[in-house]
Amino acid sequence: MNQHSITVRGKDRYKSGVMEYRKMGYWEPDYEPKDTDIIALFRVTPQDGVDPIEASAAVAGESSTATWTVVWTDRLTAAEKYRAKCYRVDPVPNSPGQYVAYIAYDLDLFENGSIANLSASIIGNVFGFKPLKALRLEDMRLPVAYVKTFQGPATGIVVERERMDKFGRPLLGATVKPKLGLSGRNYGRVVYEALKGGLDFTKDDENINSQPFMHWRERFLYCMEAVNKAQAASGEIKGTYLNVTAGTMEDMYERAEFAKELGSVVIMIDLVIGYTAIQSMAKWARRNDMILHLHRAGHSTYTRQRNHGVSFRVITKWMRLAGVDHIHAGTVVGKLEGDPATTRGYYDICREDFNPTQLEHGIFFDQNWASLNKLMPVASGGIHAGQMHQLLDHLGEDVVLQFGGGTIGHPMGIQAGATANRVALEAMILARNEGRDYLHEGPEILARAAATCTPLKAALEVWKDVTFNYESTDMPDYAPTASVSM
Amino acid sequence: MRVTQGCFSFLPDLTDEQISRQVQYCLGKGWAVNIEFTDDPHPRNNFWEMWGLPMFDLPDAAGVLMELNECRKVYGNRYIRMSAFDSSHGWESVRLSFIVNRPKDEPGFRLERHEVDGRNIRYTTKSYAVDRPEGHRYAE
Repeated sequence: MNQHSITVRGKDRYKSGVMEYRKMGYWEPDYEPKDTDIIALFRVTPQDGVDPIEASAAVAGESSTATWTVVWTDRLTAAEKYRAKCYRVDPVPNSPGQYVAYIAYDLDLFENGSIANLSASIIGNVFGFKPLKALRLEDMRLPVAYVKTFQGPATGIVVERERMDKFGRPLLGATVKPKLGLSGRNYGRVVYEALKGGLDFTKDDENINSQPFMHWRERFLYCMEAVNKAQAASGEIKGTYLNVTAGTMEDMYERAEFAKELGSVVIMIDLVIGYTAIQSMAKWARRNDMILHLHRAGHSTYTRQRNHGVSFRVITKWMRLAGVDHIHAGTVVGKLEGDPATTRGYYDICREDFNPTQLEHGIFFDQNWASLNKLMPVASGGIHAGQMHQLLDHLGEDVVLQFGGGTIGHPMGIQAGATANRVALEAMILARNEGRDYLHEGPEILARAAATCTPLKAALEVWKDVTFNYESTDMPDYAPTASVSM
Repeated sequence: MRVTQGCFSFLPDLTDEQISRQVQYCLGKGWAVNIEFTDDPHPRNNFWEMWGLPMFDLPDAAGVLMELNECRKVYGNRYIRMSAFDSSHGWESVRLSFIVNRPKDEPGFRLERHEVDGRNIRYTTKSYAVDRPEGHRYAE
């Protein structure tokens, strides 16, 4: 379906009136993207009767220079350079009425180091466009020239591990539960028990800010008492993600400064604070030697449906640029959405220096990260010690595994829950390094470790039948052998 | 108490055979293994003393185990750990670290609270052992 350009050129191009987008220069099938172009890949669902090429050209137009009618003021600019160019449109396999459109944007269309500007350009205007039933931003290729204008993760996986003095295994965390209602003193108790029992981190939940039952200073003070007590009891570095999310930047800075004053190694923010606030906090974190944890609160409102919104892989790319150190990226086996292949794609975006095109993981472009720090993925939500072999297999070693219910809900108490998770993890790493087929021998490895660890035995017993097997709503369109051209 | 730094501190102490398998895993990855010891296990004491240089270009874990046993003869009542270094681009850091020897008695740490303005507290973690000079910190 990728025929030649039908762009109107010369004087006729600027005659007043309405002209199809594909004739205005937004459809250029012969265009070869430059190394410095930003490329966006959209899933386009045109309204019935709308030509897919015209719909895709309209997306290119409305996300760059076009408006609904021809304007003569284009002629005062290097308009051909600034026009985004849709250069390829393919039907989506097994999804009638849906198309993938490749659109290239000149680098001069964007401000250096600004996710706000990048996103305002690419998703600012087009998603409500009437000729489209639905639109989804599936992936982006960010040129090195643009990547290098961002700070990237404040700390990065390597330095985080060095600071925490933890190597060779996933880190362990837990979110304090119940997420609402605990007083500062009770909250600190949960933190202390979990950290002393063997976790590396505990975590505030996304909506723990400063409520009537626990104002933020109370939480910070009691949490740091817990962290320091657990550190002395174990001889290990511990941390708790102090959520500094607040109504204004001034409040967030105040909370972050207090966390620093108390000696915390990590603070936390929510995705809903917005891209600019995230970038500001990332710069603050870099200046203040702080690990910055991001909770992806709210993302499912636009990432989950396959036909409309923004894919989480794009959000992950933006967040690596924006400079957070941790991002929740799915568990595969837990309670939240996450097809294994798609999740693998997110993890690769977080952790690799180069992502080769891998359609079966939903990665449509080669992406060079140009030594930008690595971003630690976090797996959280409905996971427990009995899944340790599967978690290690799906998610690898550079990940924070967060067992909230799986720690605090342990029948023998929080410390026992933490110990069960830590023992399960260490036993699995030991077995993997010894060359054992840990994925298949997993249950046996865990049972053996449980023989000398009563808390693990109890955890395996109480959660043995817990699985979350539902069909994914978001998965790659391409099987491992498929090629993108049809 | 039991210092739980390193990758396998929550498991029963590793046997020499288990240590050897872990070392072999590291060598197989092309990492250099280093033996380090200390009698100051403060969680932020990064620089334990080195028992010689990291063992680069070693094919077999047996050589590392031999060195470990030499180290144990001299510093058998201190903490000894194995650290594996990965020199590949983008890492250039430790990839695995685990304790392979402990003092007979681990006195642990006390938490000192220095009460300052408001409800703020400055915390200091202090090893009971470091009150004595290096080399005299653990009962023989």
